Amino acid sequence: MAGDEITLRVARYRPDKDREPGWQEYSVPLRDEWTVLDGLNHLKNEVDTTLAYRWSCRMGICGSCGMNVNGEPKLTCATFLSDYAPGPVKVEPLSNFPVIRDLVVDIDDFMTKLPRVSPWIIRDEEQSIDDGEYLQSPEELDAYKQFSMCINCMLCYAACPVYGLEPEFIGPAAIALAERYDLDSRDHGARERLDVLIEHEGVYGCTFVGECTRVCPKHVDPAAAIQRYKLKAAQESVKMFLLPRALRR
Amino acid sequence: MKFRVEPFLWLAFSGGGVMAAIFLPVLTFLFALAFPLGWIDPPDHDHIAAVVGHPITFLVLLGLFSMMLIHAAHRFRFTLYDGLQVKHRALVAAACYGGAVFGVFVALHMLGSAT
Amino acid sequence: MSTQTQEDLRFHRRVPVLWWIRKRSYFVFVMRELSSLFIAWLVLYLLLFVRSVGRGEQAYEDFLDWASSPWLVVLNVVAFAFVVLHTVTWFSLTPQAMVLAVRGRRVPPAAIIGAQYAGLVVVSAFILWLVTR
Repeated sequence: MAGDEITLRVARYRPDKDREPGWQEYSVPLRDEWTVLDGLNHLKNEVDTTLAYRWSCRMGICGSCGMNVNGEPKLTCATFLSDYAPGPVKVEPLSNFPVIRDLVVDIDDFMTKLPRVSPWIIRDEEQSIDDGEYLQSPEELDAYKQFSMCINCMLCYAACPVYGLEPEFIGPAAIALAERYDLDSRDHGARERLDVLIEHEGVYGCTFVGECTRVCPKHVDPAAAIQRYKLKAAQESVKMFLLPRALRR
Repeated sequence: MKFRVEPFLWLAFSGGGVMAAIFLPVLTFLFALAFPLGWIDPPDHDHIAAVVGHPITFLVLLGLFSMMLIHAAHRFRFTLYDGLQVKHRALVAAACYGGAVFGVFVALHMLGSAT
Repeated sequence: MSTQTQEDLRFHRRVPVLWWIRKRSYFVFVMRELSSLFIAWLVLYLLLFVRSVGRGEQAYEDFLDWASSPWLVVLNVVAFAFVVLHTVTWFSLTPQAMVLAVRGRRVPPAAIIGAQYAGLVVVSAFILWLVTR
């Protein structure tokens, strides 16, 4: 396909000049092995140095190159231009986040929400170093492995209509990470996380649209994590407040 | 652990959702389509009165209808929040669950009248 | 975030009221949620049916006549379609919300979905038998 070109329709927003985002069209070479990110890098290097966007690893691990491509949240490093031929390809910043400049969004909201679910191992009692490491069987690893694949790319937040409408909602990735530590055999923090997630802006604001799971590039299935949390919180609530004291575990 | 009403509402919503998914297709098909339109001969009055008038039917239907009404109220509450972006959240919740509770009383009355 | 009087230069996008007509999956989601209205209607309809049965043979016949009037048939056909949408989506989403394990092994999602359809068939057959025997 050498010699072919494809049009990128890129959303531009220059906060010092523009009152609202506009579109700018560029033509980039259409090569089989080029991703949308390669197209943007080509523009930045050869055509327009003022274009702003985030990227780092180019291999689907860092989670920084998420953008809306033709309206769908995608990792641009894993989205091939040829899949959109003959174009044009619309490239926009991730939805539901404020735009700082061009394709760069403000992710502060996520960064303040994430630590609220304590996404780290919480121990009732810390084992001393002399006792060695915390051992885990392959089955215990499998229990949470899927949820540990999250790369915080925030495609799920861009896909979630509830997050767009209710900015207080703690969101798919944060809840999936809470589930990741809850399911970890070394962790004792489930009760602590439940107290955060039992609120309306925790798991119960979610209406199970399921888009978070559909767009997740790492197959984490945040929607499943959220529904399981709802069930868990409901079971605990019934146990605590409806069952007679003698029957509680 | 904190007490929150939301987990209990969600549990009722889920229970009602299961009941609606399993019982409503056949009930709707028979009583709203097949019998009125004559696809299947409607049962004679004596037989259906005996079925409907049985105390077990009364209890089962009261349970099913109550759960389905709470299910519908809970779901519609969120449809108003998200689908239509209604901002008066407490009012919406009161109207939806209030409607469901009213419906349960209507169900009690109507089912009771047939027993 | 800075607390100075500096103006916010970020651009905040608003979610349009009809956000759910722009994408197929969002539209299906809102239709799924709207099944609630039809479920509430069908509960009311079935209650009216039960009441007519309780009022004697004439009221029962009148109810069946009323139920075969065109506008009510249209409403009930639409309601039936929404109930089917509810049932199909509800069954298919259950395995995500529930993890079942039998003897330490996780039950595959297809088995959970299949078991629900089996339950649907059994319940439907029982009700059909009960009211038409």
